Amino acid sequence: MSDEVLVKVRDLKMHFQVGRGLSLSKARVRAVDGVSFDIYRGETLGLVGESGCGKSTLGRTILGLYRASGGSVSFGDVDVLSRRGRAMKELRRKMQLIFQDPSASLNSRRTVGQILLEPFIIHGIGTKAERAAAVAELVERVGLSSWHLSRYPHEMSGGQKQRVGIARALALRPGFIVCDEAVSALDVSIQAQIINLLEDLQSDYGLTYLFISHNLSVVHHVSDRVGVMYLGKIVELGSHEDIYRRAFHPYSKALLAAVPVADPERRPEGRMLLAGDVPSPIAPPGGCRFHTRCPSAMEACARIEPELRDLGGGHLVACHLSDEKGKGGATQS
Amino acid sequence: MLRKLMKSDATFTMGFVLFIGWIVIAAVANWIAPYDTLAQNLAIRFQPPTGAHWFGTDSIGRDILSRVLVGSRISLFAGLTTIALASTFGLIYGGIAGYVGGIVDDVMMRVSEMVLAFPGIILAMTIAAALGPSLFNSLLAMVVIWWPNYARVMRSMVIANKNEEYVEASRSLGASHLRVFFIEILPHSLGPMLVLATLDFGNAILLFSGLSYLGLGSPPPTPEWGAMVADGALNFNYWWISTFPGLAILTMAVGANFIGDGLRDLLDPKLRKGM
Ligand SMILES: Nc1ncnc2c1ncn2[C@@H]1O[C@H](COP(=O)(O)OP(=O)(O)OP(=O)(O)O)[C@@H](O)[C@H]1O
Ligand SMILES: [Mg+2]
Repeated sequence: MSDEVLVKVRDLKMHFQVGRGLSLSKARVRAVDGVSFDIYRGETLGLVGESGCGKSTLGRTILGLYRASGGSVSFGDVDVLSRRGRAMKELRRKMQLIFQDPSASLNSRRTVGQILLEPFIIHGIGTKAERAAAVAELVERVGLSSWHLSRYPHEMSGGQKQRVGIARALALRPGFIVCDEAVSALDVSIQAQIINLLEDLQSDYGLTYLFISHNLSVVHHVSDRVGVMYLGKIVELGSHEDIYRRAFHPYSKALLAAVPVADPERRPEGRMLLAGDVPSPIAPPGGCRFHTRCPSAMEACARIEPELRDLGGGHLVACHLSDEKGKGGATQS
Repeated sequence: MLRKLMKSDATFTMGFVLFIGWIVIAAVANWIAPYDTLAQNLAIRFQPPTGAHWFGTDSIGRDILSRVLVGSRISLFAGLTTIALASTFGLIYGGIAGYVGGIVDDVMMRVSEMVLAFPGIILAMTIAAALGPSLFNSLLAMVVIWWPNYARVMRSMVIANKNEEYVEASRSLGASHLRVFFIEILPHSLGPMLVLATLDFGNAILLFSGLSYLGLGSPPPTPEWGAMVADGALNFNYWWISTFPGLAILTMAVGANFIGDGLRDLLDPKLRKGM
């Protein structure tokens, strides 16, 4: 991990229109609703949050796979969201995606060999022989054998399929990979293997990961920094220690309390569990989005939306409780 | 591949034998037909099957066996041409509607529904009559009424697949729309299209025969199965006149159907057993 920012996300928004054609409803799902953060070169940024909070949408919007509703994404010095056509295709080589469900992300009508040739064909890289050599190297690199190339996806185990998905993402030598629940569909023993593979690849190729997962233990294991998402917003972001030992936001605390993490030192202030359902992202609550479920909600929380602010050392929190703390600090000095 | 398929699938083998059988017959019909298909002989009209005329003779004394054999040519040609053209057009039309979606899809599908809303045979008759009776025009009429079925199946297959993760994976690699469509989506849509095509084959032969009978298809006295069945229907006491061309239509349609089933399995690696 370096100090160099590789991906810079600013006020990114992705709203989906629901209800199409002649229907009069103009409802919008605010899947990602104003998100800003940086990803440093070489790091693994974990992204956690309940199902439906917009993690996958955020990952795909950063990659330019959806047409964002607002905001900006820079990759190095490239403005991702304004790129179209050839320029976008060029950028595809540098940013890739690993999917959750290895069965769904591999075309069942194609052999592993055909699937892995695809990136080279699309970008017109190499001669036939060079491509074959590159594919052979790829399969070996992800721990498969050359005889897997003639297999169809359904003839392989979940872990093997995910290795194919990783090899495909790796084929064009990208610098940045979004892993969207890359191990969530796998058995626990296989999860460890795949995580080890991802970490090896990261150190060999200097990869930068955005590692999306609802599994806090997995994120705990792989991440340098962690972002916590709630209803389309990032509510807390900080170093591994900031989140797992010094979580500030009531939502982060509740999430952590709900999951057993193998760390006896971490026992913040008793166990706190989330009550109630996640509100609809079509009509998110005003003020702080979490106030409807927050055990520490105050009067201001329903009115004023808290901004992300730095508690120190890059530990960002969007919570009015931090204002109290900040004010307290200010009066003391 | 074919040999393995035939070993593992008895239905396919039967369909294959029937269909290939008809193709072979069509190819050599002119040489193996025992009589001239057009030779009338009123002295021997309405003869039941005999040693001289295995399938009997029709209302004007023509040899039914010869006419069934030679009739396979035009039926095969009409069926294959109609289905091939209608499915190709439907594939492109439905593929565009499903892939592009939105308002384009809405408009394109309303148009196809307008065609579907007419009773097929009446629309085909109208078109064929308006253009003037000829083989070409009757085939054109059939394609016009037939393509919407394919467009609808194709569209639904494309819609079912276009948001799948493997399609997204292809896009995220930078594949063009054409590549995404032809390489990723199309293979998943071919199976149902093929099954529909083979199911339809018998219908196409029947419709063509209907048009022929009405004087809008291949003009009489060309030997044509549907027209022969209709001839028998008018002369109900002479069972053989309809029965043999009817069996011919049945075997050809069933053969195509069985082949379709086998091909569907072949196209889907998941359904391939031990291959
Ligand atoms: N293409 C789409 N059209 C409309 N709504 C969508 C679309 N994609 C996602 N959404 C909605 O956006 C919200 C966020 O979805 P997203 O898949 O990003 O959540 P997630 O955090 O990845 O959840 P999970 O953990 O279940 O994968 C959800 O309410 C979802 O229904
Ligand atoms: Mg998701």
